[in-house]
Amino acid sequence: MTWSPATSERADAIVARYPERRSAVMPLLYLAMREEGRLTDEGMKEVGDRTGITAAQVLAAASFYTMYKREVGRHLVSVCRSISCHLLGSEAVLDAVADETGVPDGETALDGSLSVESVECIGACGGAPAIQVDYEMVEGMTPDSARALVRWLLDESPEVIRSDDLQGRFGGSPSFDPGPVDPVGAIGPFPAFGPYGTAAT
Amino acid sequence: MTEQILTTRMDAHPSDSHTLARYEQTGGYAALRKALGMKPEAIAEEVKASNIAGRGGAGFPTGVKWGFLAPSTPRYLVINADESEPGTFKDRQLLERDPHQLVEGIVISSFALGVNHAFVYVRGEYPRPARRIQAALEEARDAGYLGDDILGSGFSLDVTVHLGAGAYICGEETALLNSLEGRRGEPRIKPPIPAVEGLYAQPTIVNNVETISNIPWIITNGGAAYDAIGPEGSRGTRLFSVSGHVERPGNYEIVMGMTWRNLIHDLGGGIRGGKELKCWIPGGASAPWLVPDNLDEPITVQACARLGTMLGSGGIVVMDETTNVVAAALSLVRFFAHESCGKGTPCREGATWLERILERILHGEGRRSDLDLLLDVSDNISPGLRWPPAMTTICPLGPSAVSPITSIMTHFRHEVAAMVSGEVPAGV
Ligand SMILES: Cc1cc2nc3c(=O)[nH]c(=O)nc-3n(C[C@H](O)[C@H](O)[C@H](O)COP(=O)(O)O)c2cc1C
Ligand code: FES
Repeated sequence: MTWSPATSERADAIVARYPERRSAVMPLLYLAMREEGRLTDEGMKEVGDRTGITAAQVLAAASFYTMYKREVGRHLVSVCRSISCHLLGSEAVLDAVADETGVPDGETALDGSLSVESVECIGACGGAPAIQVDYEMVEGMTPDSARALVRWLLDESPEVIRSDDLQGRFGGSPSFDPGPVDPVGAIGPFPAFGPYGTAAT
Repeated sequence: MTEQILTTRMDAHPSDSHTLARYEQTGGYAALRKALGMKPEAIAEEVKASNIAGRGGAGFPTGVKWGFLAPSTPRYLVINADESEPGTFKDRQLLERDPHQLVEGIVISSFALGVNHAFVYVRGEYPRPARRIQAALEEARDAGYLGDDILGSGFSLDVTVHLGAGAYICGEETALLNSLEGRRGEPRIKPPIPAVEGLYAQPTIVNNVETISNIPWIITNGGAAYDAIGPEGSRGTRLFSVSGHVERPGNYEIVMGMTWRNLIHDLGGGIRGGKELKCWIPGGASAPWLVPDNLDEPITVQACARLGTMLGSGGIVVMDETTNVVAAALSLVRFFAHESCGKGTPCREGATWLERILERILHGEGRRSDLDLLLDVSDNISPGLRWPPAMTTICPLGPSAVSPITSIMTHFRHEVAAMVSGEVPAGV
């Protein structure tokens, strides 16, 4: 599958941000995920063509990083299990997520609705235990609020995931005062940043 | 005496500290105007005179590092916003709540270093911080603080925000540069150092978010003023992330020299639920732990070195009396085992070994010989088990995995032994 004109345009703009084309590999891999919802061989070939390296070189790079996923659900639920979250009960939070969704750590639901993973520190240690949904943060979780969160994801299947929404509905005390509401959110299991896929309000 | 440098604005103006309007209204970009009227070498001199040391973990004096920058062009400045050391969330707050402070620091630093293209490498799990810094860059460009011929000075600068994709090792500066070049994020063997051969094999300075966020203040007030804050060898303020079993977790900007008791008990509000303090990690997951006997030690680089640990990334993780230290150590060791890039054997194999041994102890299957085995394996990764470590590994990640082991074996060996002999029930 070749990229849509809109995606091609975004890709050109990304490549232009770097002194050397090859540096665009990482952002273009996110763009490839946006295009198809996950990383595919065709997506990697497209990235290689646009950055002047072979598909094998793209694969070598992509496979190094955990956020480029060849298999992932519509939403990605990442539960932190590093030290500060561990001390405040992240195991129970992960168990609650796995139990409520029926999806164990590292797996994707059969219907493709969501994936569950345990991850290392996501920089929300002051609001431990913390979770990200499509990399949007929610802090101060409990097993019960985590259950409610994934139930909401499954029942509502929201188009856009926003950190402030999650925090308001399900979160507890955050690491620091987050300031004003950020209208931008994620539209898939990749970070909501600039050209890779964001949605405002 | 100045108590706050980095967090004044976000504390005073929580609703809009990230906007250009508020930044300018509170004196922002005046330092840039001043800097553009100075000679680049004079700016670097002020930074050197400030004696500020890097806030990314290694604590190298920033002015000295800048002095190593090789003369060839183009050269690059790369801001390390990969913050992924467990227990650390300070750069996230600086990026989200005061991004213009960092942007101004980037422009001033680039002018001083003769850089026309800078990068901000933000970890992939930080989309909101990346959005905030990107928005700030766009506002700054529209206002003429960035782009071509900045404020009519003839100096031009472009800044690219780059997102990582989930690899702790990319915080190590040479791995970060490989990643920025579109490669696997494996560390490079040094030398050459990045200041000589960095991004695209050109001279490159890599600095942490917090380090560069201090630059506007240093230029406004002068290097000597910064050098007058805090004790010798630990100048300036630092933003510490306090988490774990404290009443009031959060980021605290303090003048170095304050005691641990002040930070944990006064600022952090003491231990949750009125429990007793058991131990704490003073500088991110890599740092050897401290115990209540050390509470009245000052928070300085020197005192930490004397106690065989470090301030590292500024992540302080507090554990109360009920903490199962074997489970805590396992959480930390597992992190390093998983984040090892796999390039070096002692790191890759050693960390996995340590993880397995801790796991079996925790599951009540520990052997008496495991106590010595933990130390043997550790010694292979970090010979002599000293801090700062001697290394058999390519980068300091390997020895970091050893810190939790030496910490529990030094301070809580009896607890590990009791778990192995079945005197106390194992399990989390
Ligand atoms: C395994 C490893 C991870 C690191 N992670 C980070 C990081 O996330 N952020 C950071 O600024 N420095 C990190 N560092 C330190 C960098 O290599 C480098 O020293 C630093 O970015 C330089 O900036 P500074 O002098 O301003 O501190 C890490 C080092 C190692 C060995
Ligand atoms: S330890 Fe979970 S967010 Fe840092």
